[in-house]
Amino acid sequence: MDALVDLTNAVILLLNFVIVPSLAYGSQLALGALGITLIYGILRFANFAHGDTMAFGTMITILMTWWLQSKGISFGFLPTALLALPVGIFATIIMLIFTDKVVYKHYRRRKDPSVTLMIASIGVMFMMNGIIRFVIGPNEQRFADGERFILKARAFKEWSGLNEGLTIKTSQALTVVIAIMFVVGVFWFLQKTRSGKAMRAYSDNEDLALLSGVNPEKVVLITWIIVATLATVAGTLYGLDKSFKPFTYLSMLLPMFAAAIVGGVGNPIGAIVGGYVIAFSEVTLTYAYKKVFVYLLPSSLEPDGLLQLLSTDYKHAVSFIILVLVLLFKPTGILKGKIL
Amino acid sequence: MSFLIGENMVGGYGGADILKGCTIAVDQGEIAVIVGPNGAGKSTAMKAMLGMLPLKSGQVKLKDNDITSLTPQARIAKGIAFVPQTNNVFVSMSVRENLEMGAFLRDDDFSQTIDQVFELFPILAEKQKQLAGELSGGQRQQVAVARALMSQPSVLMLDEPTAGVSPIVMDELFERILEVRQTGVAILMVEQNARQALNIADKGYVLVIGENRHTDTGQALLANPEVRRSFLGG
Repeated sequence: MDALVDLTNAVILLLNFVIVPSLAYGSQLALGALGITLIYGILRFANFAHGDTMAFGTMITILMTWWLQSKGISFGFLPTALLALPVGIFATIIMLIFTDKVVYKHYRRRKDPSVTLMIASIGVMFMMNGIIRFVIGPNEQRFADGERFILKARAFKEWSGLNEGLTIKTSQALTVVIAIMFVVGVFWFLQKTRSGKAMRAYSDNEDLALLSGVNPEKVVLITWIIVATLATVAGTLYGLDKSFKPFTYLSMLLPMFAAAIVGGVGNPIGAIVGGYVIAFSEVTLTYAYKKVFVYLLPSSLEPDGLLQLLSTDYKHAVSFIILVLVLLFKPTGILKGKIL
Repeated sequence: MSFLIGENMVGGYGGADILKGCTIAVDQGEIAVIVGPNGAGKSTAMKAMLGMLPLKSGQVKLKDNDITSLTPQARIAKGIAFVPQTNNVFVSMSVRENLEMGAFLRDDDFSQTIDQVFELFPILAEKQKQLAGELSGGQRQQVAVARALMSQPSVLMLDEPTAGVSPIVMDELFERILEVRQTGVAILMVEQNARQALNIADKGYVLVIGENRHTDTGQALLANPEVRRSFLGG
């Protein structure tokens, strides 16, 4: 009986500190990587401005949230940011269409190689970064409100009688639910609608798509609209779950690119798979397992150390190592994508 | 006046001209075949008629309308369909989706055209859910031709449709192309397999270094001793 209780405690511990956070973080990465992979598949370049696009959308959402809060408007137990989200999405769509018109369109028309567009996107990244720091500043911002927890540790402990509590934050549950909604929406769009099929055709074989009468500028426009939506949603969910800090969003580029490439760049399903692979790897490799083994092993074998493979400071190194391994051994990614 | 005609076309991809004043014409319900040695400008002549190559002089007319200045997209909207030699299917899309992309510019209900295309290429009906990239070379060529037919074109241009397929598949493809001709489409084709192609051609053009060397019916060209000696290997 005690053994069973210990096992349950260990499982709850893992659920609480590894699985639930990884699911939420993985969903955020998946949304981000989906945007990166769509841009790569259709506009054919690696968009380094994606992290700052997320930060830009989140910033607008935060400003709108503050404005709503100042008017005394709230969304019940849900965060007010959800009400502000459409405004953030809209502003980001305008922003991305603007950058496309003034930057990328020029290079696209000249049929410049993909690396030129990538360098241009680094310029866009710096510009957006500047705007964000100018408007909201480099500091950390908190904008989450509403009910913080769906399931509190103490309530769970009382209900189950276990030592370990399970916490589920509203932001985590929201992240998973909203991510699923948007991913399903994007896939439905790509698979079933005329415009979505035109996007896939254009990504698959540009010349043949043109011969079929697909208008490339329209495909590009729709791509930016979807990317702006995904980026703003991903950024806002990440901000609600953790906090908003422009630099954090910039450093999210690495795990997001890793997710897109690990899954198979240009392949939308790959981006989702890659997002969860990266998130679970980062969390499982940087978690200290001592307490889990305290429950599982007899007390005589109790471990002395923390049983942490890597310090959490190295979590981005994990995505980097996975990225290098995939590029070395399976450059097309887990699901077959294009080679970057 | 022919239905589609490229008259005295001169042009190239920058540098030296590849086409030096050649004329190609095709009528509805007719198969015109362009043959000739390597580097004669066969594919270039066809691409010029599609608008993928700027002409220095000469003109392209469709139904007596000058279309020389139109982009390929605009010509496609006017009823010309083109099957490239390579990369001519969407490999990551199903056979049916490939056909739907062929009908992309159509606003009407194209399910009837799909049925007709399936009747012409029964194997595609069987494999309609399969990804085009998973099909054999011959089946892919069928998807490519079927995709082009979905727009109900008045002109069908085929760039070496039998390149790299087995002789049996080649015969079958030519069989299908003859059936397409029955529907009144004008078919313009560039072919390496000159003998077999001229066999089904109503009109044949033998191009040599960008100029018309011989123009006649397919059968007459096959019978012409000079053409036989120079281009058909005796």
